[in-house]
Amino acid sequence: MTFLHVLMASLVVSMFLCLYRVMAGPTPADRTVSVDILGVLMVGFCAVLTAMTGRDVYMIVGVSWSLLSFVATLALAKHLEGRSFDD
Amino acid sequence: MDTLLWYVAGSLAALGTLFVLLAAVGILRMPDLFTRMHASSKAATLGAILVLSAVAVRSGDAAVIVRVVLICLFLFLTAPVAAHVIARAATRTGVPLSDETVLDELSEHRKIREE
Repeated sequence: MTFLHVLMASLVVSMFLCLYRVMAGPTPADRTVSVDILGVLMVGFCAVLTAMTGRDVYMIVGVSWSLLSFVATLALAKHLEGRSFDD
Repeated sequence: MDTLLWYVAGSLAALGTLFVLLAAVGILRMPDLFTRMHASSKAATLGAILVLSAVAVRSGDAAVIVRVVLICLFLFLTAPVAAHVIARAATRTGVPLSDETVLDELSEHRKIREE
C-alpha cells in the first residue's frame, strides 16, 4: 500500500458515494448533479493515474473529460427543463 | 529541495482527496438538492484542482504542468456555470425544498411554473 494507492482508494470511495446518489436520488436533478460531480472526480482520478504510471496520456484524457462532462451537464440540464437543445 | 517538493505534493494531494471525500459525503447526507449542490460543487472542484496541482508539482514536466493549468482553467470556468444551469432548471421545474427550509425567495418562480 503506497500513498498513491490510498489516494486512489479514497477517490474510488467518493465515486461510489456519488453513484449511490445517482441510483437513489429522488429527483432527476439530483442525478444530474451527481453525474456532474462524478466527471470532476474522474479528472482527479486521471491525475492520480498520471502520477502512478508516469505516462502523461492520462492528462490528455483528463482535459477532454472535463470538457465533455461540462457539455453533458448542460445538455442534461436543458433536458430537465423540458426544452429542446436548440433554444 | 527534492524532498521538500515531495512533501508539498503529498500534502496537496492529501488535502485535495479530503475535500473530494467531504464533497461525496455531502452529496450523500444533505437533505435536498440545493444543499447537496452547495456541499458538492465547490468542494469537489477545489479537491480536484488540489490533486491536479500535486501531480504538477511532483512531475515537474512541462507538458504535464501545461495540461494541469488548462484543466484548472476549464474547471474554474465550467463548474459554476454547470451548477447554475442545474439549479435554474431545478427551480423552474419545482424540485421540492427540504422541510427545514426557513426562507424561499424564489417561491413566486415556482408558482409561475406550476400554473
